[in-house]
Amino acid sequence: MSARIIEILINSFWDLLLAGIKVTIPLTVISFSIGLVIALFTALVQTAKIPVLKSLARFYVWIIRGTPMMVQLFVVYFGLPSIGILLPAFTSAVLVFSLSVGAYCSETVRAALESVPYGQIEAGYCVGMNYWQIMFRIIIPQALRTAFPPLSNSLIGLVKDTSLAYNVAIVEIMATAQRIASRTYDYFWLYIEAAFIYLIFCTVLQWLQRHFEAKLETKR
Amino acid sequence: MLEIKNIYKSFGDLEVLKGVNLTVNKGDVIAILGPSGSGKTTLLRCINFLERADSGTMVFDNDTYDMHSATSKQIAAIRKRTGFVFQNYNLFANKTALGNVTEGLIVARKMKKAQAEEIGKKALDKVGLSDRYDYYPSQLSGGQQQRVAIARAVAANPEVILFDEPTSALDPELIGEVLSVMRDLASEGMTMLVVTHEINFARNVSNQVIFMENGVIVEQNDSKTFFENPREERVKTFIQNISRE
Ligand SMILES: Nc1ncnc2c1ncn2[C@@H]1O[C@H](COP(=O)(O)OP(=O)(O)OP(=O)(O)O)[C@@H](O)[C@H]1O
Ligand SMILES: [Mg+2]
Repeated sequence: MSARIIEILINSFWDLLLAGIKVTIPLTVISFSIGLVIALFTALVQTAKIPVLKSLARFYVWIIRGTPMMVQLFVVYFGLPSIGILLPAFTSAVLVFSLSVGAYCSETVRAALESVPYGQIEAGYCVGMNYWQIMFRIIIPQALRTAFPPLSNSLIGLVKDTSLAYNVAIVEIMATAQRIASRTYDYFWLYIEAAFIYLIFCTVLQWLQRHFEAKLETKR
Repeated sequence: MLEIKNIYKSFGDLEVLKGVNLTVNKGDVIAILGPSGSGKTTLLRCINFLERADSGTMVFDNDTYDMHSATSKQIAAIRKRTGFVFQNYNLFANKTALGNVTEGLIVARKMKKAQAEEIGKKALDKVGLSDRYDYYPSQLSGGQQQRVAIARAVAANPEVILFDEPTSALDPELIGEVLSVMRDLASEGMTMLVVTHEINFARNVSNQVIFMENGVIVEQNDSKTFFENPREERVKTFIQNISRE
């Protein structure tokens, strides 16, 4: 590794990190938050056994899980304009990523909700609480403990999947690396550096996951 | 105080309750006995609307409710006046003992936290758990958990508490502590409807005993007469069987 490459890597490191902080992280956080709400709603609809909504939820999960995210992204960003729906790149990416998180996590959330003994719901009714009060105060907090490790996995997966946004002209980590490399021709080193930035983000997340899991455990 | 008329309830083709009538007066402690599958649990669950009866009428003081078509508002009103103690406690696993007792007061009855905690602590003191306020259910024995469940029912100040085999899930050495709490409640005049296999409780604590079989009440009598001089042949053989054990 020559001094020139080291200098390029050092200079580009901040560009990549900044792209991560300004684009990848917001994209991840926003998509994951919306995705969790969708997942929770989809799971509740399925556990509450509302017939029409239930089949709709199933249909949604089926479509999302059965098609590549890249294709979905292209349909939304490049396809929708041809039928008159124009969405900005960032919005398109958020839409696709959150729908994906929603579909994959709904199964996790549903299993976690169902792992809480039904008797606690009945006990809630008996002390006068209504369905939503029971859900939000008794069932979901317990389900969260069960769902936390697999949800953390999904979050870490999403951080890496956001690199797909590169394809719809969002200048996140990958795109930034690509741009610098096309100027200096150091593709190998810049892609390695991009990988390294993802590694840093995911390592921090794994560390946070372990920290919170320990915390949830002691609260039991 | 509480009158149940003609409850019917089927699960699919299986008729579980076939016209049950029941009158509960204030201060009554009614033990409900009967073989497995006779519909005891279903009866209690219908009274508290955990199960929806196919038909039947409930008269609670001066209010009459149709047990099949009661509105959610009516159900809420009935639940406010009744407590329920489950066989397997059903404590909220994410709440402490005190949290379990205060949850309904704070969330459902919109009580101030401080006031709810005062009531909750009193209820826990009453069941002998003044040193366990901050314990989670997983840190309590079965007997202690069931006492928390009783405190949770008591704290809401209900007019009647329904117990579904409150000691059946307990190790034999823990049954006593729960029964003694129930005996205290009874002596304070709490109205109680208790499905149980504890013959001594039925004999010594309850003032009324009901024997159920195949979805009907075979005999209802005051507990002394029930055990010493029952009316029905079926109850006589039942008592012979248990006294032989
Ligand atoms: N949710 C349900 N769906 C279908 N069948 C049910 C349901 N709940 C109860 N049953 C049936 O109804 C009958 C009466 O049940 P119930 O639980 O009321 O009896 P029990 O008198 O409480 O019996 P045990 O002493 O065993 O608790 C049983 O045959 C039971 O299998
Ligand atoms: Mg039963």
